Amino acid sequence: MKTEKFKKEYLGRTVVTAAGIFIIILTLAIGAFLFYRGSATFTVNHHSVAEFLFSPDWNPADIGEGGTVGAAVFIVGSIVISLLALLIATPFSIAAALFMVEISPKVGAKILQPAVEIFVGIPSVVYGWVGLTVLVPFLASVFNLAYGYSVLAGAVVLAVMIFPTITTVAADAIRGVPAEYKEASYGLGSTRWQMLHKVEVPAALPGILTGVVLGLARAFGEALAVSMVIGKMQAFPAGLLSPTTNLTSEITADMGNTTSGSEWNNALWSMALLLLIISFIFILLIRIVGRKRRA
Amino acid sequence: MKRIFAAVAAALFAVMSFSACAGTANPDGGMARQPSGEGLSGSINISGSSALQPLVQEAADNFKKTNKGVSITVNAGGSGTGLQNVADGTVDIGDSDVFASEKLPDDKASELVDHIVCVVGVAAVANPNIGVTGITKEQLADIFTGKITNWKDVGGKDLQVVLISRPRSSGTRSIFKKYGLDGKDEKIGASLTEDNSGMLKQIIAQTPGSVAYLAFSYLTDDKTMPLMIDGVKPTYDNVYSGKYSIWGYEHMYTKGTPSGSAKSFLEYFSSTEAEKTITDMGYGLSSKMTVKRNAPEK
Repeated sequence: MKTEKFKKEYLGRTVVTAAGIFIIILTLAIGAFLFYRGSATFTVNHHSVAEFLFSPDWNPADIGEGGTVGAAVFIVGSIVISLLALLIATPFSIAAALFMVEISPKVGAKILQPAVEIFVGIPSVVYGWVGLTVLVPFLASVFNLAYGYSVLAGAVVLAVMIFPTITTVAADAIRGVPAEYKEASYGLGSTRWQMLHKVEVPAALPGILTGVVLGLARAFGEALAVSMVIGKMQAFPAGLLSPTTNLTSEITADMGNTTSGSEWNNALWSMALLLLIISFIFILLIRIVGRKRRA
Repeated sequence: MKRIFAAVAAALFAVMSFSACAGTANPDGGMARQPSGEGLSGSINISGSSALQPLVQEAADNFKKTNKGVSITVNAGGSGTGLQNVADGTVDIGDSDVFASEKLPDDKASELVDHIVCVVGVAAVANPNIGVTGITKEQLADIFTGKITNWKDVGGKDLQVVLISRPRSSGTRSIFKKYGLDGKDEKIGASLTEDNSGMLKQIIAQTPGSVAYLAFSYLTDDKTMPLMIDGVKPTYDNVYSGKYSIWGYEHMYTKGTPSGSAKSFLEYFSSTEAEKTITDMGYGLSSKMTVKRNAPEK
């Protein structure tokens, strides 16, 4: 009897609690490790945070010190490409979510929903490869350029990748709008379009925004696919059709060829720390938006 | 179940090889206990240069055919990683495209023993449509430092030069900078960057006017065109004779004098069988070199 009760009551609970605590410890450990490695640029190599964030002068030393660690080009690259991707993906996502929930739930459930789920499952290297072999030459021939590696190529590839995230969260938010709102709107004589854009979308807005921020977080952290199509030119982008580089590309390109403890390696860790901080800010944003929704 | 067993076996193996290493590290210079390949055992862990990795992998596979008791794992990861790992003692051999003193502080670099296994030539490679087949060394430097931006200035078509570079930490780039550009820095912010040689080839092939640099081992088809420099073709015969100067050593570093299976594996690289592998795979024999180079002064 006793062991029976133990199994029923405590075993499951212990396992679940242990797993939960493990995840918390893991997250904290990764954060602490990144902070430890990433702060060396400022504490050991004595560069200022302002130089790291705002200087475009990136030339860290391989051995010892004496280089410059301005990461502004990479930071700007990451921000511009991610925001542009968001700008492209969000309208499509909201439209797809409305279609799925309101306009044609049958087609939505049978075709669109599975299609969106397949999108999530495709590995990022495949997106990058397709971008490299289809999108990049396409942009080059359409705009008559020497090559198609560009901010636009990166943003389009990213937009396709974050589309399912935003769509799924937005669809959930729209489903969550109380039926009374809709009925009241129809009762006042609205057409479906008026109901959608005057009542349903505004009511679901906090949820949609959560999806947008999640998409942004994913876009910011994506490394492989983007780095294959943006050209990785170490310069601020001159326009939508010019190449640039970003934080994740720079880290992956140089991490293997630098030795740990060198100024260069430390600077790469600082970039990794910056990515963590940015994603932390995004999470905070989601929390704040979510709280507003409940209120 | 199978996986767990494999993991346990691997762990046991690692422990055994570690104790074997400790056993041979005797004070009189670390002579190997085993005189020949027969009866060698243990594992050799190798990491580092991705340019050298295919050759080391191939050599390891051949070496294992006659030394069944030895297991060799070869990981790429970059020259910096290889040097770091071997200096820390986490691998037995660290592969590098550059001298250890170029990446590690002096106290760490001095503990490492250099084994040069081959040389690798680096060619300037262009899209075949540029209208020239060769340039001078001065023009090469002018192109990569951004002074020449159109192929017509070197006698080719009226076509914009598209520079494709490698990450600044790349070993191939450091060879190219030192011997191809005479130490001049490539123009920052004027070139696309790609580190993967296969991908680089694809980019050159599909981008008109593009120029980049590749190890000789990748010059296998005519979608890309290796450029003659001062009328000298990028071939190993010209590297051996000293006529073609853009080449570098491929190093395999050990911490202290190697012993046991690691020593035998390093010695294997000078065998006739390995020399055939080296030339077949597009690397050059260091034994045929008529010119020598030393680690750069700091």
